[in-house]
Amino acid sequence: MTSAPQMHNDLYNQLKEVIAEKKNVRNPLIEILRVAQDIFGYLPIEVQEFIANEMNIPASHIYGVVTFYNFFSMTPRGKYNLNVCIGTACFVKGAPRLIQMLSDELGIQMGETTKDGLFTMTAVRCVGACSLAPVFVIGEDTFGRIDSKDKVAEIIKRYQ
Amino acid sequence: MSLKRIDLLICCGSGCVSAGAIKIKDQFHSVLKDKGLTNEINIIETGCMGPCDYGPVMVIYPEGVFYKKVTPEDVEEIVEEHFLKGRPVKRLMLQDEEEKNYLTNKEIPFYQKQVKVALANCGYIDPESIEEYIATGGYEALGTVLTTMTSQQTIDVIKKSGLRGRGGGGFPTHLKWQMVHDNPSEEKYFICNGDEGDPGAFMDRSLLEGDPHRVLEGMMIAAYAIGAKNGFFYIRAEYPLAIKRIKLAIQKAKEAGLMGENIFGSNFSFEAEVRTGAGAFVCGEETALIHSIEGQRGNPTPKPPYPAVQGLLKKPTIVNNVETLGNIPTIILKGAEWFSSMGTQTSKGTKVFALTGDVRNTGLVEVPMGITLRELIFDVGGGIIGDHKFKAVQLGGPSGGCLTTQHLDVPIDYESLKERGAMMGSGGVIIMNEEKCMVNVAKFFMDFCVDESCGKCAPCRIGLKQMLEILKRIDSGNGKEGDIEELQRLGETISKLALCGLGQTAPNPVLSTIRYFRDEYEAHIRDKSCANKVCLDLMHFEIDKSRCIGCSLCSRKCPTKCISGSREDKYTINQLSCIKCGTCMDVCPVKAISKVPGMHPDVKAKREAEAIKQQNQDE
Repeated sequence: MTSAPQMHNDLYNQLKEVIAEKKNVRNPLIEILRVAQDIFGYLPIEVQEFIANEMNIPASHIYGVVTFYNFFSMTPRGKYNLNVCIGTACFVKGAPRLIQMLSDELGIQMGETTKDGLFTMTAVRCVGACSLAPVFVIGEDTFGRIDSKDKVAEIIKRYQ
Repeated sequence: MSLKRIDLLICCGSGCVSAGAIKIKDQFHSVLKDKGLTNEINIIETGCMGPCDYGPVMVIYPEGVFYKKVTPEDVEEIVEEHFLKGRPVKRLMLQDEEEKNYLTNKEIPFYQKQVKVALANCGYIDPESIEEYIATGGYEALGTVLTTMTSQQTIDVIKKSGLRGRGGGGFPTHLKWQMVHDNPSEEKYFICNGDEGDPGAFMDRSLLEGDPHRVLEGMMIAAYAIGAKNGFFYIRAEYPLAIKRIKLAIQKAKEAGLMGENIFGSNFSFEAEVRTGAGAFVCGEETALIHSIEGQRGNPTPKPPYPAVQGLLKKPTIVNNVETLGNIPTIILKGAEWFSSMGTQTSKGTKVFALTGDVRNTGLVEVPMGITLRELIFDVGGGIIGDHKFKAVQLGGPSGGCLTTQHLDVPIDYESLKERGAMMGSGGVIIMNEEKCMVNVAKFFMDFCVDESCGKCAPCRIGLKQMLEILKRIDSGNGKEGDIEELQRLGETISKLALCGLGQTAPNPVLSTIRYFRDEYEAHIRDKSCANKVCLDLMHFEIDKSRCIGCSLCSRKCPTKCISGSREDKYTINQLSCIKCGTCMDVCPVKAISKVPGMHPDVKAKREAEAIKQQNQDE
């Protein structure tokens, strides 16, 4: 993995502090990975190995955990994570059409990141805002009852 | 609660917040400040009030006036008319079909058949204020238990009440507790399962967000009963507000001395912490959840040993659902007889449901067990939206099943739903109208389960994938005779052999739709037709030449340039190149283009020719 981007030393120091702080909590790995992802934006092998060294646990174990949970990503993500809900209620109310509209608007498929690095489109299984179906989430903002291309375009514009 | 003339309760549940409740709250603050009314009117942010479809909603006490779909522009009028002149704003009230206005929240039909136990305070108090919770009788149950009852007496009350786990399985709560209580281990743990992963469910989220102290109190009572000193809340990462609120509740309870060492002067000490999930459906399964808290991959492990014997860190552990805990303080305060007077022979008390889909009143409801599906969907839910008919209801998420019109009078309890191939589940109720294709719905759930299968055991990892492949085949017009039977055979095998609850119940949506909608499967396989025009390969678009005005708009907008014609000859679709995007139908100014069920004869002929060619090559 030589082609991985150079991570800034500051970020590693930041991570080091977090690990030191959480080390005494019982079984802190998932919490640490969560913070690490906040710091770096994603969890490349280098970061996983760093955590393995700091915590003195096998890197393979960390890799196993990272790949198990949807929340963790090993590829860089856009500035905004655009999560489309594909829960049952949204599915029934037209999530497939919403995905198509978002895909047309952003010019990317599910799981991809826009060229300007602004949006990554991912799917989430239910955000619990079923009464507003179909729903998508950008960061912590939820947008519901999206039934037209104009609405999609208007929302995307706010973040550009 | 300070004494002010008016209490304005603004629903800040996730539905209303997404609909703009925060903006309205800010607007109220600024208007009240401008008019110098801040000393007279109390603005309270509450948890979910229930009728999410009408959001943002608010209730104004002392009268209990209910307003729906409030916008920031309405704020000035509410303050001026209602607060100052005492004239409630009629146009913001809920109206029925005869245009009768419902003045107060108690009159609204949506609330009529509901009985709120776990949700009693949800939408009524400020969830971030421990004082308001205490004012409604909060922590009284904990005090009673710690100062006047032994742990065995506490378990006996729960036993008498007949409370069963609200997470889906319906295991009697007291049995689990008794097992851990009787275990002599020094170290025991209590876990609250808030990993509400079922798509279409938001009950636990609403309870955690709307009344976190109730869940915390329930946990402490339970921990006292089993002898645990440490508790964990395991909550989905997708629920940031729920995480924040429960953390705040723990902090406030500690400050108030209701948590920590020697609570209420007793020998009982308790600490709780919050752990967040990382996006894995299977972690709702108790053994998987325990592994996740331990910082491992969330793979389930075979039971026995049950967590009650060997759970977190190999110590006896109880995993209870959020709603189960929410019932406990009320059972202690009002008594086991009161609780067991509601419900049916085997299922006592109430159940919280999240109504979603094609139903008029989507939202959060709590009804007594034993209510019929008809009452739930038509009386509480207000029936189907628009001119559509009820077709099916999906209960229990990806583990549950679909029921249909013939089951509308079935009472809701654990057993009667299970007998019919559905299950109580955690409480997601998805209502579907006659436009939905059940094969497509079954495929959706199977896709979900394949995606979320942890891959540890073969029946789930390989079997579900096979079922999905068959469903995809049927859906794309390549279904064969015998596919239905193969699905049933696989489904029954997986139910018997899978390691954990996820795998064992995953075939349910397919098996139940085959049971009640077999004709749809047959039409997909034999006639290559999706009557509801949902499965793209089994429908096509057609231009009605008698209505087409030859404007060429469809032809110009078509991404594959498969529509041709002229003003005189009108336009036709080349079915072989059509990708069924529906753009032509959207842009047609005279609505001459429509969806038609069934694979187009041209496409059918082409596929058959290709199949024969392939066969010849193989030979």
